[in-house]
Amino acid sequence: MENLHLEGSAKTPSINFDAAAGKLELKGRSIPENSVEFYKPLNDWIDAYGKAPVAETAVDVKLEYFNTSSSKCILDLFKKLESISGDRTSVIINWYFEEDDEDMEEAGQDYQAIIGLKFNIIEVEEI
Amino acid sequence: MIKNDIYELYQTMERENILLSFKGVVTSDLLTSVLSIMESKMDYMDESPKTKKKVFNVLVECLQNLYHHIDDGAESVDRNIERIEAKSALFMIAKKDDQFVISTGNYIDRESGLELERRLVAINGMDKDELKLYYQEVLNNGNVSDKGTAGLGMIDIARKSGNKLEYQFLPVNDTSSFFCLNIKID
Repeated sequence: MENLHLEGSAKTPSINFDAAAGKLELKGRSIPENSVEFYKPLNDWIDAYGKAPVAETAVDVKLEYFNTSSSKCILDLFKKLESISGDRTSVIINWYFEEDDEDMEEAGQDYQAIIGLKFNIIEVEEI
Repeated sequence: MIKNDIYELYQTMERENILLSFKGVVTSDLLTSVLSIMESKMDYMDESPKTKKKVFNVLVECLQNLYHHIDDGAESVDRNIERIEAKSALFMIAKKDDQFVISTGNYIDRESGLELERRLVAINGMDKDELKLYYQEVLNNGNVSDKGTAGLGMIDIARKSGNKLEYQFLPVNDTSSFFCLNIKID
């Protein structure tokens, strides 16, 4: 299947979803006024990927900022990943945050509390 | 506006150390510009990356609240207030006594105002851990509106600012109020 690649903008993150490698990356900022439109193709891609996934799927979330409109969409994206996780692929979420950014660390913990996937919450110097 | 008024306004803004202010219709393009201006302004300020991120995050939520709210409130706000006026809002970002302060003002119909006030009272009654749980609950169970809002904005603002939300509803007439919100970020 085709990979999904979107350039980042002032209000949306860059997207690199690689089906053959099982690597899904969201990077940058996600602060559009209405996030539903932006996240729809991402969810559609995961649906298609879920039909023939590779054995290990790693999702790298490297967000600098996200707004509350995005937070719900990110939850839905994680729920979609939760639904494809099972015998055919094990999904791991790598949630990155910049050192001292407790808010972003807590945001990762919020999702971890809701979603039944393995989360690695990783501190880095710079995203 | 006569010259003296301009000088007075200038002095007030200087005294309050206002970094940026705007009054008018809040559009998506305006928000893009304002956020970019504030980001470059803060680049030159001697603040920790943590504080800059908090200010930026809270600002995004406050401004997007205005953007969404004005959009749905404008039709129901009293006809005595000109439509364009009902659609416009005020916001200011100031740095006072080592604190960043984000202030917003907009018209709201009284019924929505009462509903909003109930939510603000509930949020202000919660401590850090209660806010965290409440956020997770609304995130997991709340519905997203057509506009992509999820009712999380005020909870997020309260969590990130670390302070109580200061607010006031000023009655304008029988059907409308003016909603003032003041957020302090340490």
